Amino acid sequence: MRINNLRYIVVMLFAVAFLASCRKDPKPVPEEVVETLFPADLNVAVKGLYLVNEGNMSMNKASLDYVDFTSGQYRRNIYNQSNPQITKGLGDVANDIGVYGSKLYIVVNGSNKVEVLDVKTGRRLGQVDLLNPRYIIFNQGKVYVSSYLGQIGDPNAPKGIVAEIDTLTLKEIRRTEVGRQPEEMAVVGGKLYVANSGGYSPEKYERTISVVSLVTLKEINTIDVAINLHRLKADKYGDLYVTSRGDTKNIPSKLYVINTQTEQVKKVFDISAGNLAIDDDLAYIYSAEFNSSTGMNSISYTMLNVKDETLLTTKFITDGTDIKLPYGIAVHPVTKEVFVTDATDYVTPGVLYCFDVSGKKKWSVQTGDIPAQFAFVYK
Amino acid sequence: MRRNKNAFAGVNCVFLTLITTLLLSGIGIPVILQAQTVPAQKVAAQPDSLDKINQLNEVEIRKIKVSRRQTSSTPLQILSGSELQKLNSLSVADAVRYFSGVQLKDYGGIGGMKTLNIRSLGTNHTGVFYDGIQLGNAQNGQVDLGKYSLDNIEEIALYNGQKSTIFQPAKGFATASSLYLKARQPVFEKDKTYLINAYLKTGSFGLINPSVLWQNKLGSNFNSSVNAEYTRADGKYKFRYTNGVYDTTAVRNNGDVERMRLELALNGVLNDSSTLSTRVYLYSDEMGLPGAIVSNKFNYLQRTWNQNLFVQSTYQKDITKKYSLMANAKYGYDYNRYLDPENVSLNGLLDNHYHHQEVYLSAANQYHLTKFWDLVLSADYQMNSLDADVYLFSYPTRNTFLTALATHLNFKNLDVQANLLGTYIHDRVEDGTPAGTKQKLSPTLMVSWQPFNGKEFRIRSFYKEIFRMPTFNDLYYTDFRRAYIRPESARQYDLGVTYIKVFHKSYLQQVSIQTDAYYNEVRDKIVAVPGNNSQRWSVENIGEVEIKGIDVNIQTNWKVQPLDFNVGINYTWQQALDVTPLSINPDYGRQIPYTPEHSGSVLFAASLKKLSLNYSFIYTGARYNQKANIPVNYIQPWYTHDLALNYLTKVAKSKVRVGAEINNLLNQYYDVIANFPMPGRSFRFTLIYSY
Repeated sequence: MRINNLRYIVVMLFAVAFLASCRKDPKPVPEEVVETLFPADLNVAVKGLYLVNEGNMSMNKASLDYVDFTSGQYRRNIYNQSNPQITKGLGDVANDIGVYGSKLYIVVNGSNKVEVLDVKTGRRLGQVDLLNPRYIIFNQGKVYVSSYLGQIGDPNAPKGIVAEIDTLTLKEIRRTEVGRQPEEMAVVGGKLYVANSGGYSPEKYERTISVVSLVTLKEINTIDVAINLHRLKADKYGDLYVTSRGDTKNIPSKLYVINTQTEQVKKVFDISAGNLAIDDDLAYIYSAEFNSSTGMNSISYTMLNVKDETLLTTKFITDGTDIKLPYGIAVHPVTKEVFVTDATDYVTPGVLYCFDVSGKKKWSVQTGDIPAQFAFVYK
Repeated sequence: MRRNKNAFAGVNCVFLTLITTLLLSGIGIPVILQAQTVPAQKVAAQPDSLDKINQLNEVEIRKIKVSRRQTSSTPLQILSGSELQKLNSLSVADAVRYFSGVQLKDYGGIGGMKTLNIRSLGTNHTGVFYDGIQLGNAQNGQVDLGKYSLDNIEEIALYNGQKSTIFQPAKGFATASSLYLKARQPVFEKDKTYLINAYLKTGSFGLINPSVLWQNKLGSNFNSSVNAEYTRADGKYKFRYTNGVYDTTAVRNNGDVERMRLELALNGVLNDSSTLSTRVYLYSDEMGLPGAIVSNKFNYLQRTWNQNLFVQSTYQKDITKKYSLMANAKYGYDYNRYLDPENVSLNGLLDNHYHHQEVYLSAANQYHLTKFWDLVLSADYQMNSLDADVYLFSYPTRNTFLTALATHLNFKNLDVQANLLGTYIHDRVEDGTPAGTKQKLSPTLMVSWQPFNGKEFRIRSFYKEIFRMPTFNDLYYTDFRRAYIRPESARQYDLGVTYIKVFHKSYLQQVSIQTDAYYNEVRDKIVAVPGNNSQRWSVENIGEVEIKGIDVNIQTNWKVQPLDFNVGINYTWQQALDVTPLSINPDYGRQIPYTPEHSGSVLFAASLKKLSLNYSFIYTGARYNQKANIPVNYIQPWYTHDLALNYLTKVAKSKVRVGAEINNLLNQYYDVIANFPMPGRSFRFTLIYSY
């Protein structure tokens, strides 16, 4: 090789290194808008739908998306643009979301906080710090958040808590101990019901729902159901639908119905149930159960009537749409469209599907990573 | 490219331009001088007599230090001796950053895990060998290079493919890339029977790091060495995150480290002129585990404790003139404790203890068939077992049998090595479904060719098929048993050239270039996806990756009286595409996470009498931290400038070296792994006393 060639190579190398080297100005990642996902309609009763994406653990990739029913737009990753001043944004693993009054609440599990946003603008109004928070529910001007642990570092305090937060001051008012690693909650007849999982002790999962009086905020009863409870929804007939995750090995997931009058198990549905949405008389259920011998998820969808507690033969996906890993579900209270998210492989953006009443796909759109929980926005 | 408004980054760019210009002009001027002297030589080299040409060539050849770098049929990069000592490096991990084609996965700070990913095959495809015997971790298949101190290391050699020699244990054929760490071998000066080196390092992060190396001559044939080291650091450093609106600077917490290491070695030549070396390695640490810096959570409480013990021995004997034997044996015990106060169960805080044991036996037999033809048969046996106090743990034991048949043809201008490796692996578990038996045959072919008469230019190429077994974590992680996981296979093709040239009467003394183009395929990639609780883990053989790359290494030696200096440049271009079928992978054809297209380093070392100066620049281009190549996954390029100044003097009969280092001179804040911030500017001071 001749010296001139060598020199040329060296110059080229430096040029490449130099050209590629300078860093871009840091700036908030802007939101992305998908125009006319469906036709705009200014006169709809339900204005929009917030969708929170969990983001993978330690990735700090929780993100917030919004379906605008009035404009037909899908707005992706809206938090950073509305709240660029918040250090590292929405945070790590958003687990739940809820709209109450004029506020939007987002439970960010890995960031130990509940974010409070203006429901119209998405601008941040405040933050409630809470260790390891999981799910959120509202009742009579108060916010209730379940949390895996009341405190960390105390080997004798394995129990979780439910914290009561004031919607105006955004301060915790009081808290109560419930079972270990409590998950979803529902309020029926002045009482709060919370599903306990006991997920930190797989050799001895919890089996109960804790019943908490909202007057005293004390646990007044426990209802024995099955191991590793997770989802808990109330129907309009005073019943609770609670899922048991099983042990992911020998005991499969199941769906239990609890009578809140007797506070006892009323019925067992021997079906795989990962998550459900109840709208009026119908419950929409999906399951992605991991099979440890094949390494595959077996996916199933079920519908049932909550009025007479019977399984239905109808399906909410009828066109064979292939969802890799259903991860969230919501039903439009007016149009009865069904929204199902696909978390795909957890490490890549997910998909939000909208199905019409006949179970046919109306539209789908790319979301953030691990799209999970929904909250409708009314007027 | 947009210019940066940010003053900090702006300085960086300017500085870089300056350095570039300086180096370019530095290379340019002597080259012009060289150009003037070349014709004179050419005239001299054109006489009629062929003999004369040969004579001249021989003169020239003698001056070329053709090293293993040039002759190796697999790409080889080496850092050794004083070069290694003068680098801005505390651990092996710091040093390997200067190699091309590698990405150091660095979680930041002194304690943060540092593993090596070579040519985008994945960290589990890198074998790390300590004095010829592999450092293993059957639990997660990775070696944390941050834990290996440089104080007792004489040489670090990185081979793509495998070591370019066939007389080695079967393990040497069994990884996609190999990093060889060679412990320091004593060289006694005349009339001396011992050698003492005492080190003291201190600096940023609350670092206190004394160590002593005592080497002793035992009679005429034996020597021993004792090396003890203590490291303590609070691991605190400032980091900064900004999106242009928020701008937060905080101090890294829970990064404290305390480490102790004791190594004993005995080397000798026995009466029958066979060689025996034995090493005992004892290590213990306690450290905090600094977690991801995420919104509203900067502080962590998790801690870990490790204890490692291994005893290894190598015996080598030429039994006849034609037959040689090399035997290796090792016993290793690793203990790990993980404490998570943020996870409280009925049993109290999450507190897991893992015990890993390894037994390794190897025999390599070499037979010289003819002058130019060697045959090797190597057989290795390895047993790994893992115990843990984790609920539903499966207590796996793995028996591995490796047999390699290798041949080496060495002609004057052509060197060919080929081997076939047979692997038989059997897993047993006490609870649940074992992965059972896996068998594979893996071929390798390596060629090094000198097409012309001169030794300056060589062409090399290799083809290698290999795989990695799923680790115990992949297969038996608590409540999921994943017997269905298959080995992850890697196929490598490499074609490269090496060139070395010595110059006379010019400032530039020597240039050596190694450059390789490669194509790798990873099939059945084992993909583990962490979730926010144990029930969300999933491991599958779904990944497929195709990697194209070019590595360029250039070393130049200069002499401008009274100054000696070396400039080394490494550059890597890499395209590592996720080609997992589109039906299950919306990111088909995208660059895999954490793989920059461009990366490289520049090393400048100058010495003037007792003083030596090292400057290094490391550059890693933009990457994505997840599969989708979208703006939210984008990570900025990073580049650091490091400086080290060393002064070596003699005080009476002893040598004293004083060193000062500045790392990340321009205080750039960056992440190698998203949300695990790296330190900004830091300092280190070294005092070495040798007697």
